[in-house]
Amino acid sequence: MTNTTASSSSRSLSRTETLAAALVAMLLGSFLVYGAGFANAQALHDAAHDARHAFSFPCH
Amino acid sequence: MLRRILSAALAAGLLAGVLVSVLQAVTTTPLILQAEVFETGGGVHDHTGHDHSAPLPAEPEAEDVVTRTALTATANLITGVGFALLVVGAFALSGRPVEGREGLLWGLGGFAAFTLSPALGLPPELPGTIAADLASRQAWWAFAALGAAGGLGVLAFGKGWWRLPVGLALLVLPHAVGAPHPDAFGASAPAELVGQFVAKSIVVSAVFWAVLGWLAGGFFKRFA
Repeated sequence: MTNTTASSSSRSLSRTETLAAALVAMLLGSFLVYGAGFANAQALHDAAHDARHAFSFPCH
Repeated sequence: MLRRILSAALAAGLLAGVLVSVLQAVTTTPLILQAEVFETGGGVHDHTGHDHSAPLPAEPEAEDVVTRTALTATANLITGVGFALLVVGAFALSGRPVEGREGLLWGLGGFAAFTLSPALGLPPELPGTIAADLASRQAWWAFAALGAAGGLGVLAFGKGWWRLPVGLALLVLPHAVGAPHPDAFGASAPAELVGQFVAKSIVVSAVFWAVLGWLAGGFFKRFA
């Protein structure tokens, strides 16, 4: 991307790739935060209990 | 790019998760354990029903403490990596060069969005506090966090006259709607304990987010 002679089409392709990678990462991150902080399964709740309180997620 | 985001988030999230586990062990967890003594009349905290007639151990078993600490640390590592993926994903979306110092600013933004904004309507709770329905509080928590994250993002990166009104509206909207609250106040733990817990959990979260943002920015640059 630092190559000033790169064509605009390859630049927009790499921008698309970056956006897709960012969205995949944020989706995965939301899934992990949901599992640790929100999911209602009793086993998950009990395991994450003290961390949920300390991170101020609504717990029970 | 995906490999770079995942590596930076994993490294920063795990390190910040370890740090917050140590901090919680000496700040918030002792208060949770004390609150559970008030909630149950002594002994182990459970959510299935509070049978006050059951014989309760005065001190939790050492083995239980180890298991509980390990489970809390695991939850912190998962939370750390999850928040790190959101932050590093946001670095990539912004298209800006990010290093440690800029990462620190992103971390403080994460603290404002994911700790301060939800805490304004739903302060961190100790076990044994009367509260509104769980699902509605979780929904409002997410609303407050996403509204603040979106509002800060528009204020920081928006271009045009609408930047200020739209950014402020997103920040304020969840609080104008208002958090779900119970009909009555009440907690089994003394108010002083609740106050200490609120202060300590918010300060620990501030340290977590600052370190997470700084590390995430540093690793994002290093893994370029």
